[in-house]
Parts: sequence; structure tokens; C-alpha cells
Amino acid sequence: MSGLLTVLEKMHAARTGYARPLRRFRHHHLVDEPLVIVPLKLAGEAAAPLGCAVGTDPDEPVLLTVPQPRNRDLQHAFFTDLAHVVLGYVAARQGETEEVVPRGGEPRLRYADAPQILVPNRPALDHLGLTGRLTRFQETEDDVPLLGRWLTFFADRAEYPGSSLALALTDLLTAQWATGQSDLEDANLAMLLAWICPPEGTTGAAAAQVAENPLDFPPAGPATDPDFDGLVLQPAVQGYDRAVDAGDPVAAARAEAKVREAVTSQLMPTWRLMWKGLRRLRELPEAAGCEQRWAADRDRFTRHVDRIAEGGPPQPRHDHAVAAAARLATLERAQSRFEAQQAVDDPFVLAELRTTGEAFGGTVVAGEPDRTEVTAKGRTVLRPRLTVRTEDPVRVDDDQAYVCPDRPKQNVRIREIAEDESGCLLVLDVVSGMGTVKKPVPIPEPGETVRYTRVPPQWGGQDFPAPEETPWTHGGPPPGSEEPQGAEQ
Amino acid sequence: MDARRPAAGVRRTPGSRAVIEDPSAASQQAVESVLADMARAGDGDRGVVVDSPPGAGKTTLVVRAARALTESGETTMIIAQTNNQVDDLIERLAAELPDVPLGRLSAEAYTPPDGVNRLANVAVDTGIDGLGECRIVLGTAAKWARVRDHHRRWAIVDEAYQMRSDALLLVAHLFDRGLFVGDPGQLDPFTVVETARWTGLSYDPRLNAIDVLLAHNEELPTHRLPVSWRLPASAAPLVSRAFYPFTGFQAGTSEGTRRLEFTTRGLRSPLDDTLETARRAGWALHELPARHTLRTDPQAAEAAAGLAARLLTRGAVAVCERHPDGRPIGPGDIAIGVAHRDQADQIRRALAALGVPGITVDTANRLQGREFEVVVVVHPLSGRRDATAFHLEAGRLCVLTSRHRQACIVVARAGITDLLDAYPSTDPIHLNVPVKFPDGWEAHQAVLTQLTAHRVSAPD
Repeated sequence: MSGLLTVLEKMHAARTGYARPLRRFRHHHLVDEPLVIVPLKLAGEAAAPLGCAVGTDPDEPVLLTVPQPRNRDLQHAFFTDLAHVVLGYVAARQGETEEVVPRGGEPRLRYADAPQILVPNRPALDHLGLTGRLTRFQETEDDVPLLGRWLTFFADRAEYPGSSLALALTDLLTAQWATGQSDLEDANLAMLLAWICPPEGTTGAAAAQVAENPLDFPPAGPATDPDFDGLVLQPAVQGYDRAVDAGDPVAAARAEAKVREAVTSQLMPTWRLMWKGLRRLRELPEAAGCEQRWAADRDRFTRHVDRIAEGGPPQPRHDHAVAAAARLATLERAQSRFEAQQAVDDPFVLAELRTTGEAFGGTVVAGEPDRTEVTAKGRTVLRPRLTVRTEDPVRVDDDQAYVCPDRPKQNVRIREIAEDESGCLLVLDVVSGMGTVKKPVPIPEPGETVRYTRVPPQWGGQDFPAPEETPWTHGGPPPGSEEPQGAEQ
Repeated sequence: MDARRPAAGVRRTPGSRAVIEDPSAASQQAVESVLADMARAGDGDRGVVVDSPPGAGKTTLVVRAARALTESGETTMIIAQTNNQVDDLIERLAAELPDVPLGRLSAEAYTPPDGVNRLANVAVDTGIDGLGECRIVLGTAAKWARVRDHHRRWAIVDEAYQMRSDALLLVAHLFDRGLFVGDPGQLDPFTVVETARWTGLSYDPRLNAIDVLLAHNEELPTHRLPVSWRLPASAAPLVSRAFYPFTGFQAGTSEGTRRLEFTTRGLRSPLDDTLETARRAGWALHELPARHTLRTDPQAAEAAAGLAARLLTRGAVAVCERHPDGRPIGPGDIAIGVAHRDQADQIRRALAALGVPGITVDTANRLQGREFEVVVVVHPLSGRRDATAFHLEAGRLCVLTSRHRQACIVVARAGITDLLDAYPSTDPIHLNVPVKFPDGWEAHQAVLTQLTAHRVSAPD
């Protein structure tokens, strides 16, 4: 986000040396027991695992390392161990269920809890996705393919705006605070956290400078520090190779421990930062919209559990044409809904939108609370009208309904804008939540200060054709389209 | 997204194009060959693609094709992208085919404009069932996507390069073959969703409809219209060279046919100097001092609004092939084009403060397909510190610099050349994604080179 207020807060942060809040609320749900994963990969390889710290207990991470990351058998052993932790964590969320009865739909069950994976940054999320792709098609008897399907599920969900099943800590923190450094520097977890929670007695800016040193604050991964690679990791791995070539199990074990020690030294500082950042985020109040979004997440989780239980195939390598279009439509709707909902929930976000005219605020100067209109069918309905004076640069979209966060059930539409030198007068028609002629719901009164933002669009969308009905313009049905596949929608 | 791919059989290098001696005949011939291909289409054939540069008679082609299909006994569906486009088309069709029943498929909330209401042979309905008698039914892609259990042999898809391929996916089951018409040089459709998930797939839903269509139907004949009737002789060569290097076009009018005149004398002010340059050359660059600004640069907004207002004050008269004796330019003949919506809002306020109503101010996206006598453009890179892919996009600059029939005036901060030098294109190259050509960086250089010759330095 690079709105006017964000830029202003960044400048304030740069001048004062302390991070500045951008939002009053946290807009992602945080569970009591998230699974934190800090993955590291081998430089120069797409997804060769070097090691990871994983677990739900800040004091006792499970540390997994690969003594020779290029060795496929050792990679597989690593994935087996990781599967044990991840699948165990996921299984533990499948306890209680609740019944959901959608309006006019079939009742369904959904889990009362859901897993939440936290990684340091975006590249770590991408890395989980790649690991998922690497493992989900393997034809082994163990849990590794299943791990792949879950990691793919988490990485896919991470793209959904507003979803909290898989989150990157740097994303959460930068949404919440403006620092005095560049976006690129904000992607460095150590520096970002230094700005947000500096040690007692120093400014964020000074703490961030200290955190630049890769010896004390190794990169949060998945890429490692090149100096570490060359000076520490490579000799250790070579030592392991030599011991294995020599057929000396004792030396191999000793060399393995050495690699493990080296990789752990890179993992632990980030592991501690993860929990520090998490603690800080938990201090923030959660936005009202989180509950609904987390319920949607739990629905997705339940559906994925069902899909695996029913023996469905793993997610395909690529979305086919219909799945891609459907997923894009879902993502676009989720994004517009998430953005609008944040503004309703959070006055800071609404203020930012006021600078661009997507939201507005002002004083009510006139009201007609008992104004009525006659509909085409001849019924008399209540259509209160109010006039608001605003100095905001209001932008009118056709058919856009607006809502005041203090009156979440009452929607208005802009009827008319009249500009004069001191701002403009907006005539607003209340179009829902006004009650009836006999039982009117109060509307804002003259003199009252109001602010309005876009009404979050409701769910609902387009019906896409079945994959086997993919039209000729898009290459016709994908091969093997009789099997259900594609990105879950 | 190589929208500017060479059309079949016309692969040429830039600059080696033959000059068209008789533009009318060349235009006519292009249309005839499209119609001939359509008439030939047999069972396995999927239709025809027509690339049309700005103002090359796309609507005329659509009307001719609709008439030809109707005369050969076909019932046709026409898919456009916006309600305005549908309404414009239906008015043209109703005028040219007064005896053919036309249907207008519309959303619940749609109120037809007076122009459409007046037409005797047009029926408006929210469902296809109410339009069963109509030989030609028109609607937006979004509305057609809601139609079930309906089928026509032919569809005409207008502005197909503005259509996202996922929209085509939703309507393609309705027809067997199509005439796909559009301007490849305009802005690609866009999405707010950022993901690398579909990059390189031939059916990436974020691509435009024609790219996806051609990726799966290579045998589709591709035609192009060779003459722009909108752009004046001063503009066509540059727009053609900068944005359509392989499939160039030329102006339908010759030098001197279009002319701007002022009925009042100017002052020796920078605004008047710029207007005078634009009058003589068809181009002008109103250059403000170099400075990094917010994108709502108050001086640039003021200059753009001031130039448009001054044009009216000076009593500008446009002489052209339609009005050889000249016609006064009114506010409706002028547009101000910008990159961002907040810039448009700002300029609208500036115009309101000057007391000049009626001038169109909009973003490139919304100016697509529209035509004006004079266009004032706030350069997308003006005052910027960096050149992002958004601001470098060739389509954006192409739309802004190809809306005018007489002259185009660009308002910019000095220093864009340095900005371009500092930010060469660094878009990643992906497997299976055709390289976009020309790239925005190159197109910007070409336009800037031309503009530099018509520069007027203005104070802040």
C-alpha cells in the first residue's frame, strides 16, 4: 500500500526513528497454537531442503537438517520427518465440529478449529509451495505425498486475500506498521522487527542498523547468507561426503552433527524472532471481520480434509482453463471484499481511503428521516435522505452503496453532488436498513459527524462450465478431464 | 501478450512498408476480404480475427458483417465489453438495418439512453427468451455470460482485445464461430490479483481474449485494417511506428486536410505558445520544470486544465474532410487523458474552478475507443521518481496519443528522458510467454523523440 497517509507515516517514522501504526486493528486471525516453520534451502537449488525449525512451542522447536541436501534419500528422510510434524499438527485440528446451516442451503459440518502456518516471509511461503509440488506426486507408501498435498493447500490458500491459514510474518507486520526504511528492507524480518520492537533505550532506526549484520541476524531464509554457505556450510557438507565415501559411520555421524550445528545456528535467531513478532501481533485487537474470514478458512480446511478422506487425487500440476478462470474470479472477489471490510472495521484504513475519494466523511447538515417514495409496484416505502457536507475529494461510482461503520446495517447511495468553494454537499439516499414507515430506524441527525465507505461486496459469482465442457476457444476439454481435478474452488 | 504480432502474410520489418495510394480503396478491400473469409467459413471453421488500429473503421466493419450475416439468413449475436459500446453499436445498426429486428440484452438496472429508446426496431429485455424473434441480439460479455441454453452460429465480438480471456470462456459455448474485432495496440485487460500461478499457460485467464483464442486456434485467418480515418497525417506515422511496428497503418486523410485555426489572437504566454505549436504541428509538448511530484501534481493538472480552457477561449476552429469550411471546437470535442483516477478527479476540479464544463477528463482505460478533436495528455511518467511497468505500458501511451483527429498536447515535467535511461525495462522473461513488442520503454522513447521537436518550456 502506498497511499498518501502511508507515505506520511513512513516519513514520520524516518524522522523520529520509531515505527508508526498504520492500522488500529489486526485483520488476520491468530490461533492460540500456530505451527511456525522456518525453512532453509540450499543455494542454487530450486527446492533442496537444507533444514528447518518447526513446531508450536517457542522453547522447543523440532530441528530438522539434511547433511547432504543434494542426496535424494536424505531429502526424503527430511520430508518424512517434516510430514510427521505437519500432519500431526493438522490431525490435531480435526476434533470438534460445528453444524452450519446456510440460508436456503444444505446444512454442513465444519471443524471448530483449523491449522495455521506461520513462516518468516513471502519467499518462505513460495518455498513451501515448491516443496509441496516436489512431494505431492511422489509414489511412496509413507506420508510424504500427503505432506505435499497439505503444503500445496497452505501455499494456495496463502494467495487468498484475507485468509489466515498460512501467513508470512513480514506481511503481517508491514500491514500494521510503517517503518522509516524501504519496502525492500522491510522484507528483512530482523530489521523490520528491530524497527517495531527495538530493545529498551534505542530507536528503531538504530536497532535496524544493528540487525543488518548477517552474523548476528542471519537471513530469515529460505536463502542463506553466502558467507555462511562458503565458509561454514560447504566445509561441513564436504566433511560429511568424505566420511560417507570412506565408509566410516562414526565420522559420518560426527560430520552430520556438525552440519546440524551449523544450520541450527542460522535457524534459531529467526525462530526466536518469529515468536517475538507473534507476541507483538497478539497484543493488537482483532478486527471484527476476522471471525467471518476465519470461518471461511475453516470451511476450506474441512473441505480439504474431506477431499483427502474421499481419496481424491492430488492438486494438479497446473490449473486447467476453467479452474484458472474460476480461481481468478474467486481471488478478485476475495480481494475486493477484504479491502472493503478492512475499511469498515478499521478507522485508520478508512482514513486512508478518504484521501483518494473511495470513502468520505463530513457533517450532516440536513435530513429528511420520514421521506417516502412510491415504488413501481405502487407501494409506499421509506427512503430517508440526508445531506452531508464534506471536504473530501469524493469520487462517485455508479451503483456503489456506502455504509457507515457505526451503522453497519444501513446502506446509502450518493444521489447528488453539489460543489462549492468550501467543499461539497452530498445528497445521500438511505437504501437499506432504514426500517419501515411504521417502524423507522433512526438515521444520522444534523450536526452529527459521519463517515462512509464502500459496502463489502457479498459472495456469489459466476457459474463456470465443467472442465469437460471447456470451449474450443480455450483448447477444448483438458486431457483426462473426466476425473475431477483443478484448483479447489 | 504479443498483441502487435505481425498479421498472417504481412510480416515486414518496420519502415519498409509500401505507401497506400488510395486509402478508401484499401480500406474497402480489407473489409471485403474479411467478409469473403466469413462467407467461406464451413463446418470446421472457427471464424476470423481482425486487428484494427485506432479509428480504422472497426464499427463500420462490424455493421457490414452483421448485415452480410443477416442477408445470408444467419441469426447473429454481438458481444461488446461495456454498455456504452453496446448502445453505440445498436444505434449504428438500427440506422443501417432499419428492417431487421434487433435485440438488446440488458441487466436489470440498465436504463436505455434516449437514443436507443427511440429506435423502432430495437427490443430491450433482461432475458434472451424475450428476444427470440430478433435476428441480431447485442449485449455485454458480462450479460451474455448469464445466458443459458441458447445457441447461434455466428458471434461478432467487438473490442476483443479489451476482453479478458476468462470472459470469453464464459460465452464461447453460445456460438460456433466468431468475428473477433479489436485494437491490438490498446491497454491489455488487467486484474488486481498478483500471482505467477498461470504465467506461461496458453489459457492464462488474465490474457486478452484474442491471444488465448489464437494460441488454441492458430489456423484462424487474421486480417488487419490498413487505414486510420481518425488520426491526422501528422499523427499516424508516429503512432504506427511506435505502437504497431509490424502491422503499420497510415492516415486516411492527407496532409493539409485537417487544420486548426484560432479566431482570436494569442498572448505571448506559454499556454498560447503551446497551442500555436499544436496548431502548426499536430503535436506539442508543454514542458514544466523538472521536479519529483506526487502523481496529483498540482501544476501539471493546472496546465492541462488551462490548455483545454484556453483552446476554447481562443475560439479554435477545426477544418477537416467532414467540415471543409471549419467547425468551432466545443468542450465536447476536447478530452484530457491521464493515467490515474485521482489525477482525473483533480483536473475535473481544476476545470470546475476555471468555469469550463463539458470537457471529458478520464483515464486511458476509459478513453479507449473514443474520439476527440483535440486531446491534452498528462504524461504517465511526468514527475515520477521511478518508471514502473504500469506507467511504461505501451498500450496506455498508445490510447492517450491516438484519440485525436486534430492535435495532441502532452503536459510533462522535464526529465523523462533521464527517467527512461535510469529505468530500462526489467520485466522478467517467462517461458512460453511471447515477448511483448514493442515494449513500453521503446514506445516511450519513440514518442518522446517526436515530442521533443515540438517542445515549449513553461514555468511552474
